[in-house]
Amino acid sequence: MNAGTPDGSNAHTNDRTHDVANRGLSNLDLDAPATPYLDSNELIINMGPQHPATHGVLRVILKLDGEKVLGTECVIGYLHRGVEKIGENRTYTMFNPYVDRMDYVAAVSNGLGYCEAVEKLMNVEAPARAKYIRVILTELNRVASHQLWLGTHALDIGAMTPLFYTFRDREEILKIFEKYCGARLTTHAFRIGGCQYETYAGFEKEVKNFLTYVAPKIDEYEELLTTNRIWLERTKNVGVISSADCVALGVTGPVLRASGVKWDLRKAQPYAAYSEFDFDIPVGTNGDTYDRYLVRVAEMRQSLRIIEQAVNGIPEGPIMARVPKVIKPPVGEIYHSIEAPKGELGYFIVSDGTTQPYRLRVRPPSFVNLQALNRMVRGLLVADVIAVIGTIDIVLGEVDR
Amino acid sequence: MNPVATPFFFYMLAGLAVISGVLVITRRNAVHSALALIVTLLSVAGLYLMLYAPFVAGVQIIVYAGGIMVLFLFVIMLVNIERSSKERRFNRMWPVGLAAACTLLALFVSAFAKGKALFPDRMMSLPESSNTQQIAAMLYGDAGKMGPYTFAFEVASLLLLAAILGAVIMTKKKI
Amino acid sequence: MPNFIMSYLDGSVRGTPGEAGSQFWALIYVFIIFTGVSVAVMAMNWLERKALAHFQIRLGPMRVGPHGLLQPIADAIKLMLKEDIIPAEADQFVFWIAPMIGLLAAFAVYTVIPFGPSQAVSDMNIGILFMLGVSSLGVLGIVVAGWASNSHYPLIGALRSSAQMVSYEVAMGLAVVSAILMTSMNASGTGTLSMIGIVRAQQEQGVWFIFKFFPLGLIAFVIFAIAMIAETNRAPFDMAEAESELTAGYHTEYSGLRWSLFMLAEYATMIAVSSIAVTLWLGGWMRPFPNLLRAPAWDFIFSLFPGLTFVGLAAIALVGVVRMPVHSFFRIQRIGLAVFAALLGLIALLLLTIAVAGRSVDTTVAASSVARFREGIDHVYWFVLKVAVFMYLFIWYRATWPRYRFDQLMRVGWKVLLPISLGVLVVTAIVGVIVS
Repeated sequence: MNAGTPDGSNAHTNDRTHDVANRGLSNLDLDAPATPYLDSNELIINMGPQHPATHGVLRVILKLDGEKVLGTECVIGYLHRGVEKIGENRTYTMFNPYVDRMDYVAAVSNGLGYCEAVEKLMNVEAPARAKYIRVILTELNRVASHQLWLGTHALDIGAMTPLFYTFRDREEILKIFEKYCGARLTTHAFRIGGCQYETYAGFEKEVKNFLTYVAPKIDEYEELLTTNRIWLERTKNVGVISSADCVALGVTGPVLRASGVKWDLRKAQPYAAYSEFDFDIPVGTNGDTYDRYLVRVAEMRQSLRIIEQAVNGIPEGPIMARVPKVIKPPVGEIYHSIEAPKGELGYFIVSDGTTQPYRLRVRPPSFVNLQALNRMVRGLLVADVIAVIGTIDIVLGEVDR
Repeated sequence: MNPVATPFFFYMLAGLAVISGVLVITRRNAVHSALALIVTLLSVAGLYLMLYAPFVAGVQIIVYAGGIMVLFLFVIMLVNIERSSKERRFNRMWPVGLAAACTLLALFVSAFAKGKALFPDRMMSLPESSNTQQIAAMLYGDAGKMGPYTFAFEVASLLLLAAILGAVIMTKKKI
Repeated sequence: MPNFIMSYLDGSVRGTPGEAGSQFWALIYVFIIFTGVSVAVMAMNWLERKALAHFQIRLGPMRVGPHGLLQPIADAIKLMLKEDIIPAEADQFVFWIAPMIGLLAAFAVYTVIPFGPSQAVSDMNIGILFMLGVSSLGVLGIVVAGWASNSHYPLIGALRSSAQMVSYEVAMGLAVVSAILMTSMNASGTGTLSMIGIVRAQQEQGVWFIFKFFPLGLIAFVIFAIAMIAETNRAPFDMAEAESELTAGYHTEYSGLRWSLFMLAEYATMIAVSSIAVTLWLGGWMRPFPNLLRAPAWDFIFSLFPGLTFVGLAAIALVGVVRMPVHSFFRIQRIGLAVFAALLGLIALLLLTIAVAGRSVDTTVAASSVARFREGIDHVYWFVLKVAVFMYLFIWYRATWPRYRFDQLMRVGWKVLLPISLGVLVVTAIVGVIVS
């Protein structure tokens, strides 16, 4: 069979998958003529949008030969809210909370990217103290995001217990967020030009306490999984993607780094205060699920390093730059991207000089990384599809926006 | 132990076996047929128990009802039931089937008519407890001596081994 | 009183009701075992949720009754009251009968499980064969349920579980055969397939088969212990109902009572296969060191164990009463738990009384029946304790390990367990011949 014909040349449609076939986008060749009686024929399974392991409302159409995956087709858009269109109808300040709803497990990163993009458009720079606060919160958020990923990924593969361990420790991060800005998930922590809130009393101490608390806990997760025989068998050489494929597909973040490309925007195009900190970029070698796991765990440790340096070196001073009450960036366009926990999160904003963006476009890492799914799972088994969806680390709020 | 209500259980099991046997060949749905066949096999296992052959009954359950029928179902599940139920049964084979059935019936009737005289040495009541040992002695021999069926048993196992190897070679493209 | 009732009370009849031909007592035993297993399944349900919760730093059920003790009952009521949905496209009859097949197979096994030398419904001379055969019928329920649902996920679940159970039965059977081979290592050289006979053989040879020909018995036991997890579709071999892949596998389309029958069958099978392992390798109903510590004093000490266990349970419940927060909200819970503790204490007292009373070497009918009763309690206690260890292991595995993938599972079954179990069987036979 020739799975992977993108032309959709088959005229007649199959009712099970009519929407995919009609759009002519299928790489599944779903309309292959029916095979004769008692011959082996393919099984087409709809995984999702209501499925425990697709991390939200992702729908994956699987074409199976027995349990072997011949091809996949992702159907997205079940959580589409038109965030980008909303951006064109809101002022720059009003749109800021909306970005938190995209990748809701890493809302702080989303806010950072948006605020920095608008600042860049306005030629404003946030004060040093604000940058340090931004780094601390963003890196805390990275740890939280990776913890959530680790727990759910392990649960997908069948290990129940790590989920509860990671959620226990993520709770400590959310407590810090809550004390800082009053919200736990959709934080809206930053403003264009800096931060709205000064750190609360004891902020540094609590962050330091968290650092000493969580370091042994990360070892604990590793004890449960890293050398676990079944975990190794389930993740090693599963969902392998080469660095060339990653680059070709635009895959970024831990997925890219696990296949051996040392690309991290925090180092490559330093933003906020990242140029002032000393940290490593963990890279993998094989680009399989296990390497992505190791890379993310190592990233958590690196994040702790950054947070420690930032907390110790946090300067005094104002937290808000001089920004006009009504934000009216000059006519122009800007693309600014940051290293979100899931990869490159970019904002492309076109300003026509009014209070609202003329066009706003988000480059979400989950959406781009999800493209690699088909490449990764072809030839694997159904159980591996789950592992690979987990390892790409998608948040459907960000994929669909 | 004294058997209880032997005629009742005999007629129940025999009746069950016959009825489900008829169902096996009359059901259009292959899974229903398979389920009926399982009932047949289990009732026959019960009849073996009544004949003081518990080992045979146990093996019948393990091998046929537990193993082979599961594989049957495994295959049947993958077959398109709707299509197979529309196909004509007994496609021109019914005269042969009728002949075979008549022959079998004649055999049964003659065996029934001759009755006890036909199987004189099998009619002795076997002690229930040593049934397994006796089967073992017949198959594998006793005290260094070959049993009456040792050779046949070994030949059969060799045949099965060859069949297994053949199946592996046929399904594996590369070994 | 009629003779058939008295026959078991005055001690004139020995052995299982099946052997003695006492239909009345066979029925009584069936009733006791059926009730006991159902209660054990409910207790197991509670224990699993609690233990799993504590593995995972949470509390588990806490609301229904003190420490969620009444949760299984609430669950059972909920499941019975739920709407029984049969999908329109399903094969009605097969969908309806599938849970029954599973349940029937799970419970039929209990007819031959020896809780004691005479505490079994029947001592079939093909006991172990019957057990393996009937428990292998359980897979039919799963396969048929998956097919009848007429839906993709259940079908894949059924395919997986049928392939899995058939392949692990092979390794399991070979491990069992090596244990049966060990029963024949006596003067007469004849083994037995009877469950009671297997335990008796361990008694006569003075060693649990797990320790016989060390490490041969141990290896066979480990193979069986692995295969039995696969047989019961439990983590890490729970491919058939892997919730993250197949939503719920073969019982995706089931709801309410019919679904609960599957659960009942699964837990009953777990207890049954654990009982096989206990009977074959861990000396069944025997207390530890029955030959080494055979003095009557030791006998008495070991007979105190059942009572002491209940004393311990009552103490745990009492600690729970004391530690409960002082608040009017917890008053009913506190009273409930205190009553439960008192109940456990009462059972403990009863058991200890029986243990002490049964010690006397009086030969009156009353005293000897108390002694027999005490013996019976001891046997059942040790058997249940050993099975309980396995039940705990099942929970522990589930909390610890990720799930195997299907091909890995098959590889483990065919390429690791099967050759090893074959090798163990051959080596056991050779060693047996050399020794005898």
